[in-house]
Amino acid sequence: MTAMAQATLKLYSVLAKFLPPEAHQNKMAIEVDETTTVGSIIRTMNLPAKSCHLVLLNGIFVHPEARAETPVKEGDSLAIWPPVAGG
Amino acid sequence: MSWTGKILRVNLTEGTCKSEPLNMKWAREYLGQRGLATKYLAEETDPKVDPLSPDNKMIMATGPLTGTMASTGGRYSIITKGPLTNAIACSNSGGHFGNEMKNAGWDMIIFEGRAPKPVYLLVENETAKLMDASEFWGKSVWETDEGLKAKHQDPMLRVATIGVSGERGVMYACVVNDLHRAAGRSGVGTVMGSKNLKAVAIRGTRGVRVKDPLRFMQVTTEQKRVLAENAVTGQGLPAHGTQVLMNVINETGALPTRNFRDVQFEGAHDISAEAMATPRKTDGQTNLKTNQGCFACTIACGRVSQLDQTHYTVINRPEYWGASGGLEYEAAWALGAATGVSDLEALTFANFVCNEQSLDPITFGATLAAAMELYDLGLITKEQTGGVELTFGSAEALTTMVELTGRAEGFGRELGLGSKRLCEKYGRPDLSMTVKGQEFPAYDPRGIQGMGLTYATSNRGACHLRSYTVSSEILGIPVKTDPLQTDGKAALVKAFQDATAAVDSSGLCVFSTFAWTLDNIAPQIDAACEGEWTAEYLLEVGERIWNLERQYNLAAGLTAADDTLPKRLLKDAAKTGPAKGLVAGLDKMLPEYYELRGWTPDGVPTTQTLQRLSMA
Repeated sequence: MTAMAQATLKLYSVLAKFLPPEAHQNKMAIEVDETTTVGSIIRTMNLPAKSCHLVLLNGIFVHPEARAETPVKEGDSLAIWPPVAGG
Repeated sequence: MSWTGKILRVNLTEGTCKSEPLNMKWAREYLGQRGLATKYLAEETDPKVDPLSPDNKMIMATGPLTGTMASTGGRYSIITKGPLTNAIACSNSGGHFGNEMKNAGWDMIIFEGRAPKPVYLLVENETAKLMDASEFWGKSVWETDEGLKAKHQDPMLRVATIGVSGERGVMYACVVNDLHRAAGRSGVGTVMGSKNLKAVAIRGTRGVRVKDPLRFMQVTTEQKRVLAENAVTGQGLPAHGTQVLMNVINETGALPTRNFRDVQFEGAHDISAEAMATPRKTDGQTNLKTNQGCFACTIACGRVSQLDQTHYTVINRPEYWGASGGLEYEAAWALGAATGVSDLEALTFANFVCNEQSLDPITFGATLAAAMELYDLGLITKEQTGGVELTFGSAEALTTMVELTGRAEGFGRELGLGSKRLCEKYGRPDLSMTVKGQEFPAYDPRGIQGMGLTYATSNRGACHLRSYTVSSEILGIPVKTDPLQTDGKAALVKAFQDATAAVDSSGLCVFSTFAWTLDNIAPQIDAACEGEWTAEYLLEVGERIWNLERQYNLAAGLTAADDTLPKRLLKDAAKTGPAKGLVAGLDKMLPEYYELRGWTPDGVPTTQTLQRLSMA
């Protein structure tokens, strides 16, 4: 039996509550295959779409309209924040 | 109205305090605070003046909305010629001091000359007098604040003061008000110390009058609702503060690490907002205790933290056990990622000491990072540091050196020079990560290209607050732009610079602009102030202020050659993250920026530009 490919999901701020209790430093491993996209992960995790403001795949912003088509592959890092700011 | 119409002129050499009317023509042209005080400084001093000589002046200035019920309307600024940069210096602070000064009836306080011995200024509404400060000289910010309140038996006094670093010539001393809010950058506290001025203590009860009280109440209430309903100003900033950026900027590969050798820090999460809110293993308590707002602010982004009493820095030192101003993003970056230190409690302690002794934590942390690189290269030795191993990642080096620098003792005197002078002294000027002598804040321009142009053209030296394009390039406010591209960034930087100059002159906090534009701000100024104030006119005022600051710097001897970045950022590509392989593309942006500004290819405002702005 072949192990599923894994990527990393990081959720911050109010989205952190969607992480499992064992999550460390706001991140968890997720299984991905050739059908996995940014949009499918947001749906699977039941993340409220309006809170998924800053969506970074390997540090690069994914526009809302591109999320359904953007694949997430083995070893990728997907990080998501609600609207935040600082300075 | 909204301006008090009065300036307090304090001649420290002669020991006099005099009231004079505000120049209302200049107020119409430069609004207040940053813009108006810069106009006074430019008119009254020679831009070539030695910043630490009695001929330099230091101006504390409020804006027209300072002290009113407009949200965030509690700001004041200190304007002078900066010793760190030899350029215009303007540092902005919140807390309650600005409100108190305005309510005492003063738009500005202009300090001239140098007192023959240490003094402090005591202001009680229209009464102002210089007092002997010998009992406070050598004391910290915290001791001075407490001591002045006790001496005058008035716990409601608001105090702005310098710590020991400002008395002893550390080049980046700030002025701290309300214990842990600071006019932080460019060494404005060093100028204050050079004048033998220890503190300003104010009590103001006169109120602030506005032009149309009913309309002002309606429009400020409406705009407070805008802030409350915005996800950033209503939820994100109060909950997480600026520190939420630590993981964001690290993820985007723009977190300068170990003196900009790297752009991502493996310890970022350990020093982030999330770590501050996580119970410690040692005592089960969180570092973060609560958030805190400045006067009139309905955002309340400030952090209040409490140290672990068993941490090595504070064992048997109860003066550090209370809750105090906690880590904001820029300080956490400079004290942490820049030095490679990931001990959150050590960073919090260092931040407390910066507040206690009036050090700018950005320049201190960045200077220590440069010293660590010099140490790594063998150019600074253990003998010179007093036996401290100045290695990247050493919490002990950080916490030892911040105390030494705060008192300007031992190797702290060297660190007190700032990184430009330090790196020149030890033969590697290229290792100073500065523009015009001032250290960078927490964004690597290889990963956020607009910030490279922001830093290079900032009138007060490297600074994020002069045009915070991170807002657009990373956070998507007001619209998302690509941080790795240079196209369009010249216009973006100019737009941010002009709008921010207007906001910095109003008495409002620039953080309000995560939700507000000038369209939200103009009606508040218009209801409060004489004359007609539109968003379009405020943008013109902002552009006028930017050009005035530029003219001051040119007259001080700066040139287009100073609008540049260190070689490391222009030649050494980022090693990891989205910007891997990229350098800062300043050459692609700067000529377009000059053109958009209406400046010559040498960066000088043309006569036509000055005439358009009614400056010639």
